[in-house]
Amino acid sequence: MVKSSGSDDARALIRSLRVAYSATPTTLKIIDLYVCFAVLTALIQAVYMGMVGSFPFNSFLSGELSCIGTAVLAVCLRIQVNKENKEFKDLPLERAFADFVLCNLVLHLVIMNFLG
Amino acid sequence: MAATSAMDSLSSAATSAVKSLKLRTKQQELLIRVSTLCLIYVLAFSIRLFSVLRYESMIHEFDPYFNYRTTVYLSENGFYEFWNWFDSESWYPLGRIIGGTLYPGLMVTAHLLHRAISAIRFAVHIREVCVLTAPFFASNTAVVAYLFGKEVWDTGAGLVAAALIAVCPGYISRSVAGSYDNEGVAIFALLLTFYLFVKAVNTGSLSWALASAFSYFYMVSAWGGYVFIINLVPLYVLVLLVTGRYSMRLYVAYNCMYVLGCLLAMQIRFVGFQHVQSGEHMAAMEVRNLNDGEVDSYVAQLNDLQAAVVWQGIMIVVWKPKLRDAVSVRSFYEWWRRRRSRLLIIGQNSKEVFYFLDYVKHLLNDPKLFNDFLRITVTCAVSVGALAIGVGTASGYISPWTGRFYSLLDPTYAKDHIPIIASVSEHQPTAWSSFMFDFHILLFLFPAGLYFCFKRLSDATIFIVMYGLTSMYFAGVMVRLILVAAPAMCLISAIAVSATLKNLTSLLRSKSKVQAVSSSKGTSSTKASMKASLDQSLPFQRNGAITLLLGAFYLLSRYAIHCTWVTSEAYSSPSIVLAARGAYGGRVIFDDYREAYFWLRQNTAPDAKIMSWWDYGYQITAMGNRTVIVDNNTWNNTHIATVGRAMASYEDEAYEIIQSLDVDYVLVVFGGVTGYSSDDINKFLWMVRIGGGVFPVIKEPDYLVNGEYRVDKGAAPKMLNCLMYKLSYYRFGELTTEYGQPPGYDRARGVEIGNKNVKLEHLEEAFTTSNWIVRIYKSSATF
Repeated sequence: MVKSSGSDDARALIRSLRVAYSATPTTLKIIDLYVCFAVLTALIQAVYMGMVGSFPFNSFLSGELSCIGTAVLAVCLRIQVNKENKEFKDLPLERAFADFVLCNLVLHLVIMNFLG
Repeated sequence: MAATSAMDSLSSAATSAVKSLKLRTKQQELLIRVSTLCLIYVLAFSIRLFSVLRYESMIHEFDPYFNYRTTVYLSENGFYEFWNWFDSESWYPLGRIIGGTLYPGLMVTAHLLHRAISAIRFAVHIREVCVLTAPFFASNTAVVAYLFGKEVWDTGAGLVAAALIAVCPGYISRSVAGSYDNEGVAIFALLLTFYLFVKAVNTGSLSWALASAFSYFYMVSAWGGYVFIINLVPLYVLVLLVTGRYSMRLYVAYNCMYVLGCLLAMQIRFVGFQHVQSGEHMAAMEVRNLNDGEVDSYVAQLNDLQAAVVWQGIMIVVWKPKLRDAVSVRSFYEWWRRRRSRLLIIGQNSKEVFYFLDYVKHLLNDPKLFNDFLRITVTCAVSVGALAIGVGTASGYISPWTGRFYSLLDPTYAKDHIPIIASVSEHQPTAWSSFMFDFHILLFLFPAGLYFCFKRLSDATIFIVMYGLTSMYFAGVMVRLILVAAPAMCLISAIAVSATLKNLTSLLRSKSKVQAVSSSKGTSSTKASMKASLDQSLPFQRNGAITLLLGAFYLLSRYAIHCTWVTSEAYSSPSIVLAARGAYGGRVIFDDYREAYFWLRQNTAPDAKIMSWWDYGYQITAMGNRTVIVDNNTWNNTHIATVGRAMASYEDEAYEIIQSLDVDYVLVVFGGVTGYSSDDINKFLWMVRIGGGVFPVIKEPDYLVNGEYRVDKGAAPKMLNCLMYKLSYYRFGELTTEYGQPPGYDRARGVEIGNKNVKLEHLEEAFTTSNWIVRIYKSSATF
């Protein structure tokens, strides 16, 4: 009985999550997709590391961290451009995007240096 | 603080001058503020120049000589050579890979400063740049303190903070001119990182977080104390999460700073992968870099321990049954170091989860559904976690570890177990007197500042409170870490001073205003003046405020006087040139160290190897330009123990060790003639302990009589005949050092020595400086 109610709840939950998410603006959805892609790449690399080993450790780290860094920065951007976040009301969209680009630039320059 | 009083005298003078310029009030205020800040900048620089005025422009103490030597190498050979430098002059016969075992921030900074000065056609020697690097950065720290204070409280607090930190003895002790050490630039970097991080949290801007990451990178390149930052910042985030003050701004600032800072830090070769595998690397670092980095790794340990306490608190709730396990601290500590990174990741994850949950909650907008969601996910997570713990315990991956909780609170752990750390005086626990000496009035302004911080709680004040409290704890553990606490003390005290003065002056002003305007209370809108006008009925209020203001100024001026006195008397001696008062009150200078090192440089073969206790290694290589067996980068305990064993053995045994190490000269420091007390005889017990730690042949009781350390007739026979005793007291029995005392009277210890007839078989006296402070002996194999 517990199980059935649990699965019902789960189904209801997923449904309502989907409904709620579909109201998100398209720009944010694109960012979400980007984040998912980055996380997925990080996962693939982690799995690969698990199979092959992490020998050139700096290469592994730079690969992994570039994905995580990208994802994190994209999440930050998403938070900043989301109109529902009142904290960032007076932050212009252009400024947020410029910050994002700047951080990414630094991130990937460092990654290139670290790649070995 | 001279600046604070200067600020006020200035403000009165300035207001009259400024009025004639017909500026608006805001502009007047700006002008006064900027000029005060300029004065503070100059003051912070000039108060640190006592040592240059008293002695000369030279590098102080021990470690700075290494930094100076590497800087000279860097400026002569360029960055690539420096990075790949293998130094064969130290740690003979092992050598040292310099590029990979130092924090290059300081050297690169000084080198760039030198280049910049040369570019504008000032022909200065690199040594002057090195000498003045620390004061220059202290001035910059004062500016950062102003900005930080402004961010946390207001401009007034910022100004007071800048003035306080400009002259704070706790900071001056490590940043006088000539003290060319990592801390000089690192405190600037530390404060800058914190300021930029708080700024990032306040604005939620990615670019401030990026700036903070860069500043963190500079800190990592300069000093091992960076672990303080990387532990404090997550702790701060955790506290904000727990107290429910989390925000999107915090998320943006922290994540960007953490990821980028972590990545940037790994670019420093000496730090390497530590950020991701801290456990393993930390262990390696501890061994490799005991002295230079020992404090640093010790800070790391302490931070680990502190984090461990937090985690253990959490885990004990979860995992009660194993509470009673009696396992040593050491094994827990090892465990913790191994797991630390993982736990930090868990901590990180829990924050992510937290934000994710918040996001979902926001998305669902329905408490019931959210609860379902929570229930399902939590059930999944708990079952997976339980499975993992079960498997982990069964396979021995997670060892039982609770129950050592109380011992963790004992911070003297490293000292009890590693004598080489304990042998350095600045690693002792701090006495109350030195707190008073280094902080003076800040010591009781600090709690007052905490009160004001709690009264006006914000993200920034929580940060400064946490910084203050944690650094105070570390300052109590080790004298040297007072330095880390100094900026926090100054900032929090500045808040107290500024808030008090503001309240008092507004009391004075509003009162006169209220009397003048009379009955129009609505005009004064600020809380303080409202309150003041309400309290109007209190008798003698105005007089009381004036008295309190005068009292505050009296205190601050005492602080200024104290700081100046401490700087000139205690913190400005280079310790390489000793000064004493002569019999007629005149100043006597003992320049024996440099005399000896220059003798080495002039009179020995270029490839001669010098054996001395490790304290003098850096100085010998830097000033004498000769190869040494051990130096202040105490990365190889066995090597040091070998030297300690040689010093503690009889001459013929010692001679075998000396020959096996290929030693040409033995150098000892002896204060018996001048009364200089930090000489090798007084350090000798540490040589015995460190030597005995590796070679059980050396036993400490052999050198003691009834547990007492003595050098007179009653001394232990082994003591009277060991190499150190012989080298120190050779020919000393013939010398009358003090009027009315028999020959061979040791002034440093105040006794007549026990063995006046010292004969040397294998070593020969080569050189003794004019005051006998440094004595150099030649091995008979060198002829």
